[in-house]
Amino acid sequence: MHKRRLVLLAVLAVVSVAAFLTLGLRGNLAFVLQIRAVKLLALVQVAVSVALSTVLFQTVTANRILTPSIMGLDALYLFGQALLVFLLGGLGYAAIGGGWKFAAEVLIMIALAAVLLRPLLTARLDMSLLLLTGVTIGLLFRSLSQLLFRLLDPNAFAVVQAASFANFNALRADLTIIGSVVTFAAAALCWHLRHRLDVVALGREAAIGLGIDWSRTAALLLLVVALLVAVSTALVGPVAFFGLLVAALAERILGTRRHAVLLPAAALVAIILLVGGQAIFQHLLGSASTLGVVIEFAGGIAFLLLLYLGSRT
Amino acid sequence: MILIEDLSLAHGGTPILRDINLTIDRGGIVALVGPNGAGKSSLLSLIARLRPLQTGRVVIDDLPVTTTPGRELARRMAILRQDGVFAGRLTVRELVSLGRFPHSQGRSTPQDRARVEEALAQFGVADLAERFLETLSGGQRQRALVAMTFCQGTDYLLLDEPLNNLDMFHARHLMQSLRRMADEEDRTAIIVLHDINQAAAYADRIIAMRDGRVVADGTPQDVLTPDTLAEIFGYRMQVTQIGGKPLVLHHL
Amino acid sequence: MKAEWRKRITLPRVAAAAALVVLVCLSLLIGADTLSPTQLASDPEALELLLASRLPRTLAALLTGSALAIAGLIMQALVRNRFVEPSTAGTAQSAALGILLMTLVFPAASLGVKMIGATALALLGTSVFMATADRLPVTQPHLVPLFGLVYGGVIGAVVTFVGWQTDLLQFIDIWTNGEFSGVVRGRYEFLWGAGIMVVLSWWIADRLTVLSLGREASIGLGLDYAWTLRLGLLVVSVIAALTVSVVGIIPFVGLVVPNIVSRVIGDNLRASIPWTALSGALLVLGCDIVGRLIRYPYEIPVATVMGVVGALLFLKLMRLRPSHA
Repeated sequence: MHKRRLVLLAVLAVVSVAAFLTLGLRGNLAFVLQIRAVKLLALVQVAVSVALSTVLFQTVTANRILTPSIMGLDALYLFGQALLVFLLGGLGYAAIGGGWKFAAEVLIMIALAAVLLRPLLTARLDMSLLLLTGVTIGLLFRSLSQLLFRLLDPNAFAVVQAASFANFNALRADLTIIGSVVTFAAAALCWHLRHRLDVVALGREAAIGLGIDWSRTAALLLLVVALLVAVSTALVGPVAFFGLLVAALAERILGTRRHAVLLPAAALVAIILLVGGQAIFQHLLGSASTLGVVIEFAGGIAFLLLLYLGSRT
Repeated sequence: MILIEDLSLAHGGTPILRDINLTIDRGGIVALVGPNGAGKSSLLSLIARLRPLQTGRVVIDDLPVTTTPGRELARRMAILRQDGVFAGRLTVRELVSLGRFPHSQGRSTPQDRARVEEALAQFGVADLAERFLETLSGGQRQRALVAMTFCQGTDYLLLDEPLNNLDMFHARHLMQSLRRMADEEDRTAIIVLHDINQAAAYADRIIAMRDGRVVADGTPQDVLTPDTLAEIFGYRMQVTQIGGKPLVLHHL
Repeated sequence: MKAEWRKRITLPRVAAAAALVVLVCLSLLIGADTLSPTQLASDPEALELLLASRLPRTLAALLTGSALAIAGLIMQALVRNRFVEPSTAGTAQSAALGILLMTLVFPAASLGVKMIGATALALLGTSVFMATADRLPVTQPHLVPLFGLVYGGVIGAVVTFVGWQTDLLQFIDIWTNGEFSGVVRGRYEFLWGAGIMVVLSWWIADRLTVLSLGREASIGLGLDYAWTLRLGLLVVSVIAALTVSVVGIIPFVGLVVPNIVSRVIGDNLRASIPWTALSGALLVLGCDIVGRLIRYPYEIPVATVMGVVGALLFLKLMRLRPSHA
């Protein structure tokens, strides 16, 4: 049964990709297709990295309502970016290569996450307090990033605007190669670990009992999560609830949390939503930049429903 | 006088109270007893208009609870609920002062303040008056809540298991205060009690409930017989007499 | 009589009054053109600047700060949860949506009319939040603010979406990102309405205290529970609508100020409302002054400064009160 549904999802994903490439083609075909192919690559990366990072994060924390972005990880990444711009100046920032930039931003983010978020995750707080603290840390760093941008360039209204919502239309092309490498490596690692992840999902004590080296495994997984969040945030900006939506949908459709099934399913659902959604919004409705808001809206509603229903049972 | 007519209550199809008819005269202590889930607290909530009536009528001194303004009723009837108040950082004195709210709407007169001090002293919380409620023990908080209910100065007091959390000294003290209030000021207390011997010692009248019905109603001597007690609680217990009051050996 | 007077002059009161005077003076003198007291005496243009721009701005910050703090306090009494405020309960975002819709549907309407629409939507959005919050389990006090934050975020997404579709994003930034730099004479006077709400809340302080004890205790004390609840909601919604449409959303004020005041003074609103209002005013004016100085002569919006200061204070507050909110 899982296999048939996975195949169905794969078919839908292919249809979405085809729609994205072909809908409303006009002008120089080869040129337009090339641009679209590059964009497609980036979108698929974002979809896969958001899906994988969310599932991994939920597995490590044994909590199905947590996502990296709800805990403020993407805000930390953006803060790293802002800090770099602030320290190097706008010109200096533009001068260094995409790869170095990305590496530096990821380092700042991982350092902050290790200091701020790790103690939270290990402190065994009550779930809602943990979430609230995470959300507040996210808000704090969003404000700090804005503050840095304003300090650097007081008239930079546009930067701040752009940084507060995901924009699937304005992709950073210089990062697609690094992004591809990171995403592909992470996906391969996830697949390799798929059976071990099922054990990790049982929670710390049970996993140790079953012979998992917990602290090393958890650290490795959180590192992968951080890298994946960095990829998607670098490419499109923060996506608060997309991951949650994807993970919840995949689990609902497949009816299992076995990672061998859940991981590919989540990635496929993410591709369908993101690529298919962008195909509809960009090529049919002609409003390329609104998909981010729509996904936020749907994801936010999904989060509220999960929270509400979860607390009632 | 409190008049209860044809009162029934159901929650999601389950009947909680069935056809209750009672008349409670002014002056005296009425104890409501019965096993868990008998409907005692529900009955108290309905009398105190904390829940809307489904069928039947409740009248306090000719005032139907459904149509009389809340403030008017709050000057005649005070209620202390079992789960208490969800108070945050209020001091004991501030909480007890709120008992005067129905009279003063917050603009307290010297007279109000005198009654607050009186209630604080009466229930032994005067020393704690400036402490925040959240810093008190369960028993101290319960005494503060009792003081607040007394301070409301009403003819009728509805108390839902007021002895919860109280040690023996303060439980006895509360029952004696109620007794004095009933005898000297002709006021009325309707109390849900779990300790049947407190009811035996202090109540003028015992109303026993089971499965939403009144199964016995009368003086302690009438109600506290082995047969009636078995009917109420589902097992037989010995009853002896001490100082002219029945004593139920319910634990044996 | 004289001794009575003496007793009223306590150290905290003197300190608060001094802080108010200092901040107001700073606020009047600091800006793109820094004024000096001597200038004011001699230069009529400087005086005009003071009256037309600095004074309105200072008053606006004071009014907004006190009103937001009071709105948070009332909200916390209504929901009986310490961690809610208008901007974390969808109230402010609903108000922004309301004023956006009014701008779209009745572009010619006056600001006052638009504010009525904003108030109506703020009422609606908050009522939905309250109805939901009521059904969340009381054993998990942090669930309510979490729900509210995301709920506010969802409404915010709607606002942004509509703004995007209608090319009104510039306006939306004005409403969602609070700042005082646009405040001049003639453009802030609606905020006096928020000031009136503060006075009103002080007038009904005892009722609100009773309300915060919960439904059953309120009814037992003869309070008209439903009516007081609605009045409180109305006060919160009016404050949200007025502040959002004049200066924009300023986060965390309503959250941190009432919590800190409650630590010191307690939850008897008759006593805590004046302090809450004053502290809120001081905090917002202080943050506005910081925003003016930190990148002088440019300005950092007060919402950004408050986002940092408020979030830090809030994290601290949550740590201090881990289990029972």
